Amino acid sequence: MTQVDRWLLPEGIEEILPNQAFKVERLRRELLDFYHAWGYDLVIPPLVEFTDSLLSGSGRDLDLLTFKLTDQHSGRMMGVRADVTPQTARMDAHSLRRNGPNRLCYASTVLYTRSRAPLSSRTPIQVGVELYGEAGLGADIEVITLMVEALQQVGVDNICLDLGHVGIYRSLEECLDLTGGQKAELFELLQRKSSELGDWVARNIKDAEMAAIVAGLPRLAGEVDILDTARAFFAAAPAEVELAIDELQQVVDAILATNPAVSLYLDLCELEGYHYHTGIVFAGYCEGARQALANGGRYDDIGETFGRARPATGFSIDLKALVERLDTSEEPANGIYAPACEEPGYPAFIRQLRAGGERVVCGFYGQLPDYAELCCDRVLVQENGTFSLKPIR
Amino acid sequence: MSVEPATAITIALTKGRILKETLPLLARAGIEPLEDMEASRKLVFPTSKAGVRLLILRGSDVPTYVQYGAADIGVSGKDTLLEHGGEGFYEPLDLGIAQCRLMTAAATGVAPRAGRIRVATKYVNVARRYYAEQGRQADIIKLYGAMELAPIMALADEIVDIVDTGNTLRANGLEARETIATISSRLIVNRVAMKTKHSTIQPLLDQLAAAVAD
Repeated sequence: MTQVDRWLLPEGIEEILPNQAFKVERLRRELLDFYHAWGYDLVIPPLVEFTDSLLSGSGRDLDLLTFKLTDQHSGRMMGVRADVTPQTARMDAHSLRRNGPNRLCYASTVLYTRSRAPLSSRTPIQVGVELYGEAGLGADIEVITLMVEALQQVGVDNICLDLGHVGIYRSLEECLDLTGGQKAELFELLQRKSSELGDWVARNIKDAEMAAIVAGLPRLAGEVDILDTARAFFAAAPAEVELAIDELQQVVDAILATNPAVSLYLDLCELEGYHYHTGIVFAGYCEGARQALANGGRYDDIGETFGRARPATGFSIDLKALVERLDTSEEPANGIYAPACEEPGYPAFIRQLRAGGERVVCGFYGQLPDYAELCCDRVLVQENGTFSLKPIR
Repeated sequence: MSVEPATAITIALTKGRILKETLPLLARAGIEPLEDMEASRKLVFPTSKAGVRLLILRGSDVPTYVQYGAADIGVSGKDTLLEHGGEGFYEPLDLGIAQCRLMTAAATGVAPRAGRIRVATKYVNVARRYYAEQGRQADIIKLYGAMELAPIMALADEIVDIVDTGNTLRANGLEARETIATISSRLIVNRVAMKTKHSTIQPLLDQLAAAVAD
């Protein structure tokens, strides 16, 4: 390693410098306060824990995203969390054991082995909520509304809410009788909305009705009226599919009743997080965004491995991505520079300024202050034993 | 970075065969470049449809631009997509143009070598996957052009390349062996753009699908 590249950070790993760091922190507080006002209790899950609990109930995707290390005490495998949700699920099922609905929130940095999207961070800060113990649609509507309103609260306009339901594909797959290999192929084709789907269906699905349904799945995406199209389209599908569409309709109606300005996009074969989710899935985008600002969905029964299966839904906001979308302006200089001074009463005056919410930076003897670096717009001056503030030109 | 209006659409194309055969399809959807793209040295072209612009990129860069969201839509050969991987975009339409085959080839009449072989190609990911699926261990050599030379100079036992008429292979004493995939140009759409600009993109897809079907 040369002297020159010692400063280099690994790919996808970034530091957050002054100004930006304060914006991130302010946004974190604002979101947590907002979640708190909705009755969500803050938890601080550990940075690492045994992979046995960390990867329980999750798909292979999370396994590959998780950095692993061996615990020197027990010899067991530990993982650095790549997702907070399994940790809160463990807390709900084992540590808290509350009887009724359990609302938790958190703001935690996670670590990925590889970036999940091009140019995105490998150490995002997830600020999320989880709602355990309520299987009804009310829970889905609550967390989706909370996501929308939390984004609005921090200043995201033009929210595009993306809704899906993994139950649709799951119940179709169940009645198709496919081999493991065929399932993987179909999944991949649907995820890409591939033009090759038609040929694959013709080769692999004998039943004409089911073939038509599967081949038409990628087109079932669009604005709210797609639900009516879907009802007609799925007339021959299993009853669970109709149930899922009804659920989506109810969520759509509830969201539009409280937040009519939100633009909605529904994708009935959205398969993001399919191996992990069990019902309604959702994501929040804003105009011009190249990735989702927030996403979540229902993941019932994840707590089963901890001895207590509980219905669950939740979402998390990618804090650093959100800050980038929100604010490009520099924080104005608003501090007070207090030069070194022996005058009695000087420390008390400074203390009083700070108590009043001012940011006071003290100087040292022999120091020539750089007001721009110190972010100060006023200086503290002393004349005949009295102190006053003078603006810096 | 400038903020684009929500309905603005950027379409990434490649000079040559793809451009020549895609422009008539786009014209059917009311999108025509305001100048001759083949003749110009420019890389960004406004079109007859407000808010729609065309980009000229290197073929292998089209999926990258669409994946990163720098372009909303792209036209790319299936060979390039297989090599690049499909993350971050949808592949909803086969334009049926620029058709050929992705094949293995070797010196005419030479029996396949038993055991570990060497394969020269610019499609390293495709080749690695294909030989692994066939249960054959292959060492892959990345080349950027003139694959046909590799077996002649004993750099490799086989090559993986796109084959149209097979004339170049024959002229160099090679023969096509196994077909890995049939290739044509595909329309790809950025995943997020599909969700956030759906009301603009879906009608365009429908018009293009109708043009292809004719």
